[in-house]
Amino acid sequence: MSNYFKILRPGINSTFQDLGRFGLQHLGIPASGCMDKSLFFISNKLVGNKVSEGTLEFAYQGPLLELVGESAFLAVSGKVNFNIIKKNGETKQGKSNESFVISSGDKIDILSTINSVYGYLSILGGFKLKKIKGSVSTLVKAKIGPNNGEKLKSGEKIFFNKSNLRGKEKKFEFDFDKDNSIRVMKGLQFDYFSKKSQEDFFSKEYKVTKLTDRMGMRLEGKKLENIISKNIKSEGIIKGSIQIPGDGQPIVLLSDHPTIGGYPKIANVITADYDKLVQKTPELNLKFKLVDLNIAESAFQDYISRFNNF
Amino acid sequence: MLKKISNIGDCGITCDFGDEVNKKTNKEVIKLFNFIQESVKSKKIKGILNYTPSYNKLIINFDLGEVKSKEVIEFIKKSDYSKINLSENNRTVEIPICYDEEFALDIKRLEKKIKLSFKEIVNEHLNTEFFVYMIGFIPGHPFMGDLEKRMQMDRLETPRVKLPKGSVGIVEKFCNIYTFESPGGWNIIGKTPLYLFDINKKDASMLSPGDTVKFKPITKKEVLSFKNE
Repeated sequence: MSNYFKILRPGINSTFQDLGRFGLQHLGIPASGCMDKSLFFISNKLVGNKVSEGTLEFAYQGPLLELVGESAFLAVSGKVNFNIIKKNGETKQGKSNESFVISSGDKIDILSTINSVYGYLSILGGFKLKKIKGSVSTLVKAKIGPNNGEKLKSGEKIFFNKSNLRGKEKKFEFDFDKDNSIRVMKGLQFDYFSKKSQEDFFSKEYKVTKLTDRMGMRLEGKKLENIISKNIKSEGIIKGSIQIPGDGQPIVLLSDHPTIGGYPKIANVITADYDKLVQKTPELNLKFKLVDLNIAESAFQDYISRFNNF
Repeated sequence: MLKKISNIGDCGITCDFGDEVNKKTNKEVIKLFNFIQESVKSKKIKGILNYTPSYNKLIINFDLGEVKSKEVIEFIKKSDYSKINLSENNRTVEIPICYDEEFALDIKRLEKKIKLSFKEIVNEHLNTEFFVYMIGFIPGHPFMGDLEKRMQMDRLETPRVKLPKGSVGIVEKFCNIYTFESPGGWNIIGKTPLYLFDINKKDASMLSPGDTVKFKPITKKEVLSFKNE
């Protein structure tokens, strides 16, 4: 008998993601992959999967899924408000960052992320997904990935691998970093901006706008004045780059970023602060803090050591 | 020549070959690109995630958990990539094109603007051996050059919201092919029925940076009956 989840409600932007699809950017394909790597690792570790196993990523509102088949060992990572609706109708509140078992006929209703954007659902044994060029990440705009490169849709089924292992229930104490400062290094075209704008960028606040998705985060704040050229020769893009188009308002390029682009880049978000950044919801004000390579590299060591020991 | 290597954040570097946009500069970029790609495949260097050539730069992105920028820079500095022979790594690809007015959305305007006849535009395009400078914007989408001076046109003032898949456009000295339906501001002179990108194929993109492209004229009837493998 096959085991699967029936999608009763897909959620706003629910896709399968792993660490990303690499080595293809020169052909126009960005890496994509999970937005928040910390939470991605946590959800896999909680169920006992290898950390690179594909997970279901959701944003704001997640899916409502009904389990068909045998019981399943799951975890939801993030700060997530969700319910387990038992077959007999009894509803109990789910606990995120803790693994748990649900039985056939039970439903998991992921209502919303709390003061954050992304959360992850993992299952012991992993979802049954077709790897495309070595990855199960979904890039919706190019229709690349499992589920024909699409977001989840109502009525579809999500199959998963049956695992003979019995999961051991685990917990992870997790909280988001509440402060809104994001560490960056100077971008390739930092000198394109006036002294005043360079100062503004690090002293004024920049508000996250609703025009934010897996491709990029548009910010709003003090206009940044370009004194050299509003366009550059198109060049390769790395996620976390902060580009300033002609209107002087920053756009942070995120995991599904365009592969090349022709706007000057004022700064780059350091790896250790990328997860923190992508969880910031619209209307929050960010403040950028300048650091150098040494600080960024040691911040990265602190960042990964949080997960290696659990 | 490689002029400068700089960091891009903590997990990337850019190798800058100077400000010129020409084949000579780009061929140097492609040599380093081929070298990095080969080094990744043969595991001579670890942790490299992506390597993206553009006109005059190669941008390399790595996993900070595996390798640090200092090591990647050292690796490039001590390599002798400039000896790489490009023709061994790159191919010449023939691409069918139909210049029928149904597809060549801008050719009438071009005739007036650059004062060449339809026939002259077509011949000029067919006689050009295009070099693939880079691929990007949308998957498999090539930026190719160079067109003669008399063929050069600016971008449309207002880009079209939607261009059909396979549209072939020109802007300045460059020619492109819209590999998917897409918005776009290039002057469209024809259409190819050939699918240049299929993620399920071993080589997802038919073209790679450094390849050479020649166009071959086909009729509207041939477009309609064209079968992609």
